[in-house]
Amino acid sequence: MAYSEKVVDHFNNPRNMGSFKKDEEGVGTGIVGAPECGDVMKLQIKVQDDKIVDAKFKTFGCGSAIASSSLATEWMKGRTIEEAGKIKNTEIVQELNLPPVKIHCSVLAEDAIKAALNDYKKKHGKSE
Amino acid sequence: MKFPLYLDNHSTTPMDPRVLETMLPYFVEKFGNAASRNHAFGWEAEEAVEQARKQIARLIHADSKEIVFTSGATESDNLAIKGVMEMYREKGDHIITCLTEHRAVLDTAKALEAKKGIKVTYLPVDKTGRVNPDDVRNAITEKTILISIMMANNEIGTINPVKEIGKIAKEKGILFHCDATQGVGKIPVDVQEMGIDLMAFTAHKIYGPKGVGALYVRKKAPRVRIAPLIDGGGHERGMRSGTLPVPLIVGFGKACELCEQEMPTESVRLAALRDRLQAGILKSLDEVYLNGHPTQRLPHNLNLSFAYVEGESLLMGVKEIALSSGSACTSATLEPSYVLRALGVGSDLAHSSIRFGLGRFNSEEEIDYTITRIIQIVNKLREMSPLYEMAKEGIDLKTVQWAAH
Repeated sequence: MAYSEKVVDHFNNPRNMGSFKKDEEGVGTGIVGAPECGDVMKLQIKVQDDKIVDAKFKTFGCGSAIASSSLATEWMKGRTIEEAGKIKNTEIVQELNLPPVKIHCSVLAEDAIKAALNDYKKKHGKSE
Repeated sequence: MKFPLYLDNHSTTPMDPRVLETMLPYFVEKFGNAASRNHAFGWEAEEAVEQARKQIARLIHADSKEIVFTSGATESDNLAIKGVMEMYREKGDHIITCLTEHRAVLDTAKALEAKKGIKVTYLPVDKTGRVNPDDVRNAITEKTILISIMMANNEIGTINPVKEIGKIAKEKGILFHCDATQGVGKIPVDVQEMGIDLMAFTAHKIYGPKGVGALYVRKKAPRVRIAPLIDGGGHERGMRSGTLPVPLIVGFGKACELCEQEMPTESVRLAALRDRLQAGILKSLDEVYLNGHPTQRLPHNLNLSFAYVEGESLLMGVKEIALSSGSACTSATLEPSYVLRALGVGSDLAHSSIRFGLGRFNSEEEIDYTITRIIQIVNKLREMSPLYEMAKEGIDLKTVQWAAH
């Protein structure tokens, strides 16, 4: 299977790869997936005044999973909590030209975004 | 070194130029039909086919009359299993095979189960991938008419105790079919000594052309009979009709001859290269696990699981080396390797497996390059892996509540 140029670029030059300390002020962490399924994503956000000022990811998974989470961190940075919550997996599919068998990677990335946002809200008394 | 490097020789092998050379005259100049009995063109083709038949039979210690040409090992497996089950149906309706067989055998057995009411026992394997001969013995019933166990596995290279299984089959008077696609030409195969009655193998795994394979069908003690899958002109003593692909067969013969001549030195060279690859990787990386048997394995096979790294991403990171993975992401089914699962390898490590298949044209320089690149990419991907991070923090990944999807 041939990968799109964008997937290859994210794979070779991952954006925002790394970790924040989970208990650091303003950090929300989302971990989704399972090792048995072949992909686990960790997305983290750092929030100041309701705005995501930084984001990091670590991913165990195929090239498309790594690219989806790398892209997610790029898109989350600079957005408000509310805006980041609106990122849809279909937008990731489109941006990375993911083939049908890799759509689950984008779904996982959307789930990771939501999980990170929820973790932040919960920690900061803003859970819905 | 010429890139990309080819380390996927279980999948197929490049054709040896010496094989091509022997094939070339049989396309344009000597184009006859081996079944044309009444002119020189036919005689010439027939002679070439019979010469190849001898070369092939010699490699497996058979008689040339016991070789039936097919389109490849998949057809040979189908012909053996379906052919025997149809021919001996009144004697019974039970087949014994194992979980790690190639799909050419498994799917054939499943088709017979679904369409013909045949009963199939799928034997488990131990954690190294070997079938226990006692399990074979215990699975035999009065209705058993065929045992189909592979010689060596295509993913993990584990070699089965074929001789012991052949002995049990003889003792019980049950036919023994062996899919030896990965074994023939790589390890010594002797159908007499091993008690094999039917055996599938193919040219393209041994530096011959794609599109031709063979089924060994025992002629004496016992004389095995099979019903054909393809009816027509009665070629191959009625077992497989269709005009013989003379150039391919000539190439197959030459490929077998070369394997026979070179096996003693080549298998030693490949095993040394494989051991070098394994040692080089294990020396620099922790939590790398060998899949398969430590010693009873094909000399050119190495199958490793790199914990915390997903196989497809590893392949993507070393694009200039052709390798294969048991990761679901590289299969059409989205399930990780059923062979590794049968060994009891967890899904997580199955997703992390890489198969190295060395071959005649690989050099020590290529192996050293591969070691360096594998170490680089595994370190890079572990750096990127949340699982590696968690493990380093001392978290037991088995106790984590994962949100499965």
